[in-house]
Amino acid sequence: MAEIVTTTTDAPVPLRSLPMKTIKPLLREPRVVIAGGFLLLLLLIAIFAPYIAPKDPLEQDLMLGNMPPATSAGAEPGYYLGTDDLGRDVLSRVLYGSRIALTVAFVAASLSAIIGTLMGLAAGWYGGWADRIISRLVDIWMAFPPVLLSVLLVAVLGSGLHSVIAAIVIIDWTRFCRVVRAETMAQAQLDYVMAAETIGFSRSHILWREILPNVAPVLIALVSLEMGIAVIVEAILSFVGLSLSSDIPTWGGMIAQGRQMIHQGWWVFVFPLIALFATVLAFNQLGNGLRKALDPVMRR
Amino acid sequence: MTQPLVAIEGLSAISTRDGGAPVLRDVSLTLEKGEVRGLVGESGAGKSTIAKALLGILPSTVKVTGGFIRFEGRDLLAMPRRELSDIMGRDITLIPQDPQTALNPARRIEAQLTDGLRLKLGMSKAQAHERALQLLDEVQIRNPERVLNAYPHELSGGMRQRILIASAFALNPKLVVADEPTTALDVTVQKEILRLIRRMQEAHGTAVIFVTHDLGVVAKICDRVTLLYAGKVIEDGATADMLTAPKHIYTSALIAAGPRYDRPNAGLEPVPEAVFRQLRAEIGIAERRV
Repeated sequence: MAEIVTTTTDAPVPLRSLPMKTIKPLLREPRVVIAGGFLLLLLLIAIFAPYIAPKDPLEQDLMLGNMPPATSAGAEPGYYLGTDDLGRDVLSRVLYGSRIALTVAFVAASLSAIIGTLMGLAAGWYGGWADRIISRLVDIWMAFPPVLLSVLLVAVLGSGLHSVIAAIVIIDWTRFCRVVRAETMAQAQLDYVMAAETIGFSRSHILWREILPNVAPVLIALVSLEMGIAVIVEAILSFVGLSLSSDIPTWGGMIAQGRQMIHQGWWVFVFPLIALFATVLAFNQLGNGLRKALDPVMRR
Repeated sequence: MTQPLVAIEGLSAISTRDGGAPVLRDVSLTLEKGEVRGLVGESGAGKSTIAKALLGILPSTVKVTGGFIRFEGRDLLAMPRRELSDIMGRDITLIPQDPQTALNPARRIEAQLTDGLRLKLGMSKAQAHERALQLLDEVQIRNPERVLNAYPHELSGGMRQRILIASAFALNPKLVVADEPTTALDVTVQKEILRLIRRMQEAHGTAVIFVTHDLGVVAKICDRVTLLYAGKVIEDGATADMLTAPKHIYTSALIAAGPRYDRPNAGLEPVPEAVFRQLRAEIGIAERRV
């Protein structure tokens, strides 16, 4: 061989520590910061609701029924967002409502993610019979109208927090399964998988160590979106009275209650609706932001 | 007489997906230790199938119907899985085609470069790290510590291909299968990479099977060439002989079809249909496989 060119014309790679490298691109995405910040605040509110809420959310005072929010004339001091027809503090009830909303969001989304991901990985990686069975199952599942199915499930399982979560998981694992299956199949075509095979790694090693980390960004984004969906489904079930007993404040339950007396007191209806809306929006924006920020190829 | 490193004897295979269409027809070739062999042909000629068979990663849609692949005298196709996986990744390794996708985007270079060292040689993390630094130095990467700590997307295509080459030679294999390693690179980088492969091959005394459709690449790097069409060996010989005095009409037509840098305005001459007709007649197929 003649002369050998020893230069590589690449810029030096900046040396950064591991956690910053993962977190930094996330912080550069405004949706992640704003939506994530809001949800973090909401989480703190949910955890510390007993200390933050100005009143007991269940305490009734029939003498103080239907009091308007603090900005209106005739407001009762101390009841910032007014009271409902039973004289319960709307602000405290909205704050307490975040507990159920977030519990359902985290538990239901995580469980459906785990089940859906396992099914999706199996279908996408092993193919063959596993894929055929799982894919047909998903097809059948998707043919049911989801809201109807969840109402039906809760009616069968009985109302309560566990039933609500179970209903969401039973319905929504397919969402994860479909996405993870497709993503796994796409990753399996790439050369790095073939390279791992030629090194002699086992099929399952390649699935968990090589493919799963590349499916993870989509998965994390999807979990966030699913949390938003879970909050909505819980509200729908509360709205139709199938979620929790009425002595536990939920946003859906408050909306249902406020709807009946919207002409006497709009605030009972509007404030939980705003909380619900903002929370779902935040989960969706966080999901979309994460999808962009976590994509290893788009990461800069 | 010493036994060849690789001896493929009468290898035939069909595609189960394509209604049993043959993908390899009675292919025989031998490869000596330290030899660089070009495997040339158009898409579907079977060059990648041979490469995959050597690496033990034939897709389930390809079925071998006859023949042997002997590696140091042992039949790879009849070997139990355990023994095979001892050889694969250690004695036979791969330089993949596309540096964009051949490195896992979610893992650091160090982890990927040391996979084989740790799995096959049982090196400790520190030992593997030292060896990785050596390897990067060997493929002329500056700042090896930084590169080891980087993710693939932080590196250029040429840089990634160097890493893949380092990875392929990491365990001092006896055979490296290079699957069109320069196709995805631009021409200036291509040249450097070819030189690098040649230099690594000479330094490690490794035999290389170089899969390509580019006769220009063959001329630069290969000692011998095997030309395939529709899964059949058309011509086989020393590179210089074959390029200057081709025996088969298809070979000469292919050489004529290449771009002529001395006459840039001459235009490209496609391989005449008559040549394909003759090829099909020789091989015994009715339709031209596209």
